[in-house]
Amino acid sequence: MKIAVLSGKGGTGKTLVSVNLASVAKESIYIDCDVEAPNGHLFFKPKNFVSESISIKIPILDEKLCSGCRKCVDFCKFNALAYIINKLIVFDDVCHSCGGCILFCPEKALSEKEKFIGKVYCGISENVTVITGILDTGESSGVPIIKKCINDFPAGREFTFIDCPPGSACIVMESIKDADYCILVAEPTLFGVHNLNMVYELVRLFNKPHSVVLNKCLEEENPAEKFCREKEIKILGKIPFDNELGTLNSNALISVRENPKYWDMFTAMLQIVAKEVEHETVTNT
Amino acid sequence: MKQLLILSGKGGTGKTTIASAFIQLSEAEVYADCDVDAPNLHLIMNQPSEAKRSNYYGMPKADIDLGVCVKCDLCRQNCLFNAIKVGSDYKVDQYVCEGCGVCEALCPVGAVSLKPHTAGELRLYVDKSVFSTAELKMGSGTSGKLVTEVKKQMKLAAKDAGLTIIDGSPGIGCPVIASISGVDMVLIVAEPSISGISDMERIVKTAERFRTRIAICINKYDTNLSNTEKIESFCQNIFLPCVGRIPFDAEAIKAINKGQSIVDSDCAAGHAAKDVFDKTIKILFNESLVL
Repeated sequence: MKIAVLSGKGGTGKTLVSVNLASVAKESIYIDCDVEAPNGHLFFKPKNFVSESISIKIPILDEKLCSGCRKCVDFCKFNALAYIINKLIVFDDVCHSCGGCILFCPEKALSEKEKFIGKVYCGISENVTVITGILDTGESSGVPIIKKCINDFPAGREFTFIDCPPGSACIVMESIKDADYCILVAEPTLFGVHNLNMVYELVRLFNKPHSVVLNKCLEEENPAEKFCREKEIKILGKIPFDNELGTLNSNALISVRENPKYWDMFTAMLQIVAKEVEHETVTNT
Repeated sequence: MKQLLILSGKGGTGKTTIASAFIQLSEAEVYADCDVDAPNLHLIMNQPSEAKRSNYYGMPKADIDLGVCVKCDLCRQNCLFNAIKVGSDYKVDQYVCEGCGVCEALCPVGAVSLKPHTAGELRLYVDKSVFSTAELKMGSGTSGKLVTEVKKQMKLAAKDAGLTIIDGSPGIGCPVIASISGVDMVLIVAEPSISGISDMERIVKTAERFRTRIAICINKYDTNLSNTEKIESFCQNIFLPCVGRIPFDAEAIKAINKGQSIVDSDCAAGHAAKDVFDKTIKILFNESLVL
């Protein structure tokens, strides 16, 4: 079963929640889809971390064949080609790899070339198989890397946790598309509530069963909790704002492997998720 | 116009908190929120009047006229995004289509056309200050383009401002790259965690490609002093100015939850932010700075 962990706002604790839930499961897969700022691997420190380069296809020109007809320039909706001083120029960075220019060049002067944009790493950390996509700096879209991470590791019977990027844009959709369950992580601030609302709308749009983990809970009134009560969203668990947990987390240590009290806290959450997903599967079949 | 952009790599390190403090301290006449995926600055920048709203059109989306379609399958075979789905009829998945137009150009009977698609909303507040912001529609993919529109609308509305403060988005991808282009300086808000340091290094690498000035400040520095020192020595090693430390402060959270900036309340984080602001401004306006 695939469980996506998401939050509109960054820094609310997606990685904390997904890393720890994956660690308390008997056997699990952890997939880091936050390819722009991937952090899960810093916690897991996986052994035998092997990588595979990910590339996209962009056009390359054979100048001898180009007649200067500019059909490709006129066709490209992304303005990735220009004909300047009798020469065709391809702007790799803005190319969306649609293949149109290659398809429509009457002289067959354009062909495909591979461009590397990042890597997918795979390794083992105790009971967890760790998969991490990492986008190269300067590259603009991590979507092809996310697709690779998700499609190459189809979920089996074990728990698969998907640590999503922040926001609610296409990159997040790609990460949650085939999830069986979504966990939304929220922090008790005005910002947190506003962005929780965004991902809440997203999971409702995709009709995903979901619940909320309230992180960094203080004594004061919690606007995120109030939001959940008003919208009648299930609260999966509350993680207190706690110096010990904060320190473990800032040192990239997995809390449940360090202190049994966190083990109990996350195990309780995982049990609820397992029940909910099973229930969903039953009602879905 | 001098433009200062606030970035972080990792989310939740305090970009908006710092941006709102800077706007308050500088009495900025012009500011913008470029985090179009999850905009928050408007929540604490109380605007006296309503925003002027306009639709943001991202890339158009393909649309198949089923009355004309002869089901030849050419569009589906050539769509490299796999956006064309076949059931009893041919259909375009609006969330997957990137509007490249290959299907439109290939269709032998002219059944496919590209239709404009609203991908978000631009908002512009013009009072004694100009505030440009936007919100991307869920699941949309053209956030970089929308960021460029936010900046364009801001520049059009405010011609002669001394200082412009721009709140950025997390990550290192397309919206971040779109926000860096053309700014005078990037202030990176770092957080003293192993994750925060890793993401800070990635955003520094990304920003360096643009040859703009870069400075770093450390937020919630006292949550992990040894990591704070690591960030400071990272800065020293690559000759980046570190413009200060801001402590973790429960008062700061209270201020934000009241819809205020941290410099509106008399708190430790607010005072430290003032110090960071002074140093940043000196670098931005090219004055000599003794660190």
